Amino acid sequence: MFDSADLLVNALIAGLLLGGFYTAVTVGISISFGILDIVNIAHPGFIIVGSYIAYIVNERFGLDPILVGLLALPAFYALGAFIYQIYYVSFEKRGQEALRGLAFFFGILFITEVVLIIVFGVDYRYVNAAYVDTTYNIGLAQLPMRMVVPCVVSLLMLAVLQLFVGRTFLGRAIMAVAQDQQALRLMAADPVKIKRVAFALSIATCSLAGACLIIIQPVDPSIGRDYIGRVFAICVLGGLGSLPGTLIGAMLLGLVESFTSTFFGPSWAPAVAFGLLLLTLAVRPAGLLGR
Amino acid sequence: MRTPIFLALAIAVAALVFWLTRTAGNDYLFFAGYTVLQFVVLATAWNILGGYCGYVNFGSAAFFALGAYTSVVFYKFVHDPRLCPDFWTSLTGQDCLLDLTASENEGLKDLLMTYLVPQSLPALMAVAAVISGLIGLGTGYLTLRLRGAFFAIATLALAVVLQTFVVNWSYVGGSRGAYVIRPNDIEILGFQFPYIQYLFLIMVMLAAISVAIARTIERSKLGYGFATIRDDELAAEASGVPTLKLKLIATTLSGALMGMAGAPFPYYIGYLEPASAFGLPYAVNSIAMPMIGGTTSWIGPLVGSVLLGTLQQVVTVTISSEMNLLLVGVLLVAFVIVAPKGLVGLVQPQLQKLRRKWTRPSSKSKDSASASAAS
Repeated sequence: MFDSADLLVNALIAGLLLGGFYTAVTVGISISFGILDIVNIAHPGFIIVGSYIAYIVNERFGLDPILVGLLALPAFYALGAFIYQIYYVSFEKRGQEALRGLAFFFGILFITEVVLIIVFGVDYRYVNAAYVDTTYNIGLAQLPMRMVVPCVVSLLMLAVLQLFVGRTFLGRAIMAVAQDQQALRLMAADPVKIKRVAFALSIATCSLAGACLIIIQPVDPSIGRDYIGRVFAICVLGGLGSLPGTLIGAMLLGLVESFTSTFFGPSWAPAVAFGLLLLTLAVRPAGLLGR
Repeated sequence: MRTPIFLALAIAVAALVFWLTRTAGNDYLFFAGYTVLQFVVLATAWNILGGYCGYVNFGSAAFFALGAYTSVVFYKFVHDPRLCPDFWTSLTGQDCLLDLTASENEGLKDLLMTYLVPQSLPALMAVAAVISGLIGLGTGYLTLRLRGAFFAIATLALAVVLQTFVVNWSYVGGSRGAYVIRPNDIEILGFQFPYIQYLFLIMVMLAAISVAIARTIERSKLGYGFATIRDDELAAEASGVPTLKLKLIATTLSGALMGMAGAPFPYYIGYLEPASAFGLPYAVNSIAMPMIGGTTSWIGPLVGSVLLGTLQQVVTVTISSEMNLLLVGVLLVAFVIVAPKGLVGLVQPQLQKLRRKWTRPSSKSKDSASASAAS
């Protein structure tokens, strides 16, 4: 009996920590897909790029992965702005985002994966940091720092973004884009410019999310695919475009996955996200906190 | 041109391709040609949903792998006729889904061994078509009522889920994969064929039939219905087009064709593992080929898959298979940005200009003109 209580508590804690980390992976998609309606399926690909940058700098200079993630934020922001510009000119302006825009992002996802394979091979890569191997025990509970640090960083990032969206002028403008572009234009604001900022922000989150990912688990180029189902499941589950919804969705998925891998074996975990996604779409497409 | 005539012509072309490849006397041509033809089927199938209806399916690999694993299950089943998946046992508590060694199933076993095994490939393809079609229908039913993006995302995740099932199913080899031993020869109508030629023949016929199906749909009421969905779904729905029904037909048909393309694959490759069967390359190729060729008509996927498929074979042999994948990705992105109508869209205006210059108007019917553009 003691054994299973132990198992239960740790599955719960692992689920919450995992869920915290999932917020970092998903918050970018919540902005691009949820708010801007840009179905950026290449998002996980950029997260893996973030992981590899953290890996390279960590191995060469021994810098902390989280610090690398923070330093790389501007570069990812610029990348995001650049990609949005291409997307806008080639697809959004011509009204072709549905078919060709999707194919475009799919192509980018594929290209990032293949380039990483060509440059780094298919080996798993991991980072070294002082806290990676530390685990604190509090009673029954185990708190592996490998999970706690990414979770805390992710939640901080979500909080900062929530404050930005809710409290600043630019953030409110981003929410306004989601509601009525035409009205924004009548207020003499350029919706394209605002969307560019928002999309760039969503890609910038990949830098930190990637750094968190490689702390939690070893990364290989094709791992991004497992996250596609997860990020969209969380995004839909929480309600499109709602950052608090993202937190709830992420925690739910984290818990369900953690319990699945504890009681059925980790090889079943990838199917959970998809099941949850289909269930949400079938029962409540607007999500838990849908607009 | 009428559909039966076109089908006969397509099959004649397929037979000609087969005969020409045989006279070349080089088995490698069969191996390379099989891959190209497989992509003709995948691209054509993808285009029925993607090009005609405008719904993106990222799960081509899932449907393809479903077909391939149908063959693996069958192959294993012939050698060990006890279908006892772990998940079935853990879900229902029963031992086996189907146990042909048990005495009450003796009749079924006889039926299977006498009729199905000798005709295995065509029968397997039919089974694969049913399975993949049903999965397509199910996924479509859950997601097609919502915005198009949800369907795309669901198909993307479908591959991950089906892969998880296969990885957890030790009967078909789990994550280690399964060997399927290809017979050396096969006897058809008294003639001995090397098995690879037989596989090639099946694939070239399937390619001819899929192209004929795509062309028929394009010119039928169904095809016009699909086009209204692509152009303006809301307006179509408002004017009485049964959009959900049409979309489900497209998804089912497209999935079934992809499954059929996958069924002979284990016999071709000899060793099938989940990571490669469900891999992104199939999904990317079956999107890239129609996009590069042009999505609005049946010629586009055909041109795209033959050109890109052949190019890939050359690049794989001369440079490396990673470079070949990179090439596909870059071409896909380049084409969707620069040439949204694909190669057909680039060439067609030129052809029309030429035709206007050299022939008097109305001397040719529209159909034969487009057929000559294809050849």
